[in-house]
Amino acid sequence: MKTYDVCIIGGGVTGAAIARELSRYRVSIALLEKEAELAFGVSKSNSGIIHPGTQNPPDSLKGRLCVQGNRLIRSLARELGVHFVEVGELIVISDLQDLPQLQAIKADAEKLGVPGLRIVDRAWLAEHEPNLSPDIPAALFAPTAGIISPYRLVYDLAENAARNGVEFFTGHPVMGITRVETGFVLQTPQRNFHTRFVINAAGLFADEISRLIGVDDFTITPRLGEEYLLDKKREFTTHHLIFPLPTPESKGILIIKTSDGNPMIGPTARSTTDKTDLATTDEGLRKVLQNVQQLVPCLHERDIIAYFAGLRPAAGDDFIIRHEGRAPGFINVVGIQSPGLTAAPAIACMVAGLLKKAGLTLHRKWFFHGRRPASVHLFAIPFSQTEKLIQKDPAYGDIVCRCEMVSSKEIRDAIRRGAKTLDGVKFRTRAQAGRCHGGFCTTRIMKILMDELHLPVMAVSKRGPGSELILGSRDHA
Amino acid sequence: MRSRELVIVGGGPAGLAAALAAHEHGIRDILLLERDQCLGGILNQCIHPGFGLHYFKETLTGPEYAERFIQRVLAIPEIEISLRSFAVKLDSKKTLTYLTPGKLETLSARAVIMATGCRERTREMIHIPGTRPAGIFPAGLAQKMINLEGWLPGREIVIVGSGDIGLIMARRLTLEGARVKAVIEIQKESRGLVRNVTQCLEDFNIPLYLRHRIVKIHGRNRVEKIEAAEVNDELLEIPGSRFEMACDTLLVSVGLIPENELIEMAGAEIDPATNTPKTESLNHTSIPGLFTCGNAFKIYDLADGVTKDSLLAGQQAAEFIRSAS
Repeated sequence: MKTYDVCIIGGGVTGAAIARELSRYRVSIALLEKEAELAFGVSKSNSGIIHPGTQNPPDSLKGRLCVQGNRLIRSLARELGVHFVEVGELIVISDLQDLPQLQAIKADAEKLGVPGLRIVDRAWLAEHEPNLSPDIPAALFAPTAGIISPYRLVYDLAENAARNGVEFFTGHPVMGITRVETGFVLQTPQRNFHTRFVINAAGLFADEISRLIGVDDFTITPRLGEEYLLDKKREFTTHHLIFPLPTPESKGILIIKTSDGNPMIGPTARSTTDKTDLATTDEGLRKVLQNVQQLVPCLHERDIIAYFAGLRPAAGDDFIIRHEGRAPGFINVVGIQSPGLTAAPAIACMVAGLLKKAGLTLHRKWFFHGRRPASVHLFAIPFSQTEKLIQKDPAYGDIVCRCEMVSSKEIRDAIRRGAKTLDGVKFRTRAQAGRCHGGFCTTRIMKILMDELHLPVMAVSKRGPGSELILGSRDHA
Repeated sequence: MRSRELVIVGGGPAGLAAALAAHEHGIRDILLLERDQCLGGILNQCIHPGFGLHYFKETLTGPEYAERFIQRVLAIPEIEISLRSFAVKLDSKKTLTYLTPGKLETLSARAVIMATGCRERTREMIHIPGTRPAGIFPAGLAQKMINLEGWLPGREIVIVGSGDIGLIMARRLTLEGARVKAVIEIQKESRGLVRNVTQCLEDFNIPLYLRHRIVKIHGRNRVEKIEAAEVNDELLEIPGSRFEMACDTLLVSVGLIPENELIEMAGAEIDPATNTPKTESLNHTSIPGLFTCGNAFKIYDLADGVTKDSLLAGQQAAEFIRSAS
């Protein structure tokens, strides 16, 4: 059986970024993901913020990798054709008495090398963020903060890694790991994978994976966050990412711009022991609304079109990224909570360094295909461009999702690039993500999935096995 | 850029009636845009009887009701029908852009009637806490799955909201062999027509829980159960009244919202509470020559009412075009 040089466990942004970074080198790589598609774990609930590196202790791994990642993500986004916008962030205070705290955040961030920070006053805020509450006297402005689509970053990283030879196995949960002379054998229900090196990027389940080889000195304690998405009509209500003063537990409840246009408010922060608990609550909603209305009073409950909960995979305060001396060849990349998305490209470089130190020879490939053409999103381009696309392929004029303006061509492309489920189509294209929530387009998308993947209707699912939509069909009568 | 006398967006009962009336009142250049592959709109999936009692004095199914108007429209050569045509932009000068397979077209119209119907309020809009598994469907989507596609979306069903679509779906699912365990309504009375409560619930012994709400949805991949509770006059949960109900499907039938995003884009004033145009008179918007009719103007109980008022919209648009020329 083939022995891979590296097996990555976990297909979130961390695993995908590592896969893409390592695909520059002449090594054989497999990535194993337990869910039906990539980005279906922690990454799917990510808010898409590219943090500037404020709000992290200056001596933390998080802080260092965040600032590096913020720099790296710009070229990465260009290479992969993922839309990145540097919108800037404001950390606001409600009382001038808190000004010293802002100055302390600024000083810490400057130690980490965060550029362009300055304290802005009421007059500046009135001009640049007019819907902000007039009670807010000052803010720390961090111009290098940005936004990106977290799922599309994962999918495009993975697509590019695959183009450069990485093999992806979705629906392959790792159930056991044995150490052998040549490295490790990873057991999945379908088959075993032999590999010299293992990278554990299993997010919420990273502690369970690590325990399989006997490293058990950390525990993932999920922290649940509820997020509420607003109607696209609210896109320009705010112009920056807006943060309150952070507390020791969290960055607080934010008003977030997203790369799709819909503002997002949240998250809450509640520790849980259940790694599958993704329930939202009435209390969460009330708390989020109350908090953001203090920052931007014109936001209203009826602006909310969607909500969800995500789990942050916390393992103590900082990231844990290390080669395990007790199990040579095994690298843990765990506890990657915020600012993990920002840090992902820097984490990937760090992991490449750890592999090299652990004895993996990394020679660059003669031909590395680092660029991929940007995926088309009609909602993001001017009509003149849409017109040209329709002339090239009439299916761009065949609109399936009315709320987000997604054509059948975009949906078929997404499926050909790896979408297998309704959520996979939604995360890639935004079809069903608008205000009607798929009320009008779900059946059409299901039929396209059936057609492209040759599935019977009862096999079409929301997010993989067990989440099928249809429980009976006349086709089978 | 081509110019047209009248553009009607939407080929359901409202758009069809408006087109017929505009033609009757002398308009000879009418373009009717329909995003679906056929005319009739939502009536195509409403295979139950009860349509036409007022307008035709007989009872018809939705498709039969639509067919009467479709045949009349198709017989008029001055009404040009463009199917699979999706309006994407409208401005205050009544310049309209639409996409259709193979073409992006921008044209200017002397009058525009938006007969864009409505969408269903979603689970998200009423904030039902809990998880987000497969098996939560807007009632109208479930209706489409069963009646147009022949797909059964669930076997053990709870319906939240007692709007007419929910009531009709309770009966429809029962006839298809599913078990409808409850209809849960937060208000003191059903929101649907009395005849639907009788014919769709009582006749099938489906319990209606008034003054109840769903307090949590359970299930990771597929709906597994819901928790419901009784509410007090402030619509807050009465402590101790919580109970669970196992089900694989939750249908949401909690009201309709007019679809007016395009007229809002054009700059017409919209009441944010109802998503309807702010206006004093039927079918009008704050932009002269831009009309809305049918469920886009306000939510109607019956298709017959849509037809009656939309015929007027066609006449109003014709009069506007004539007075402006």
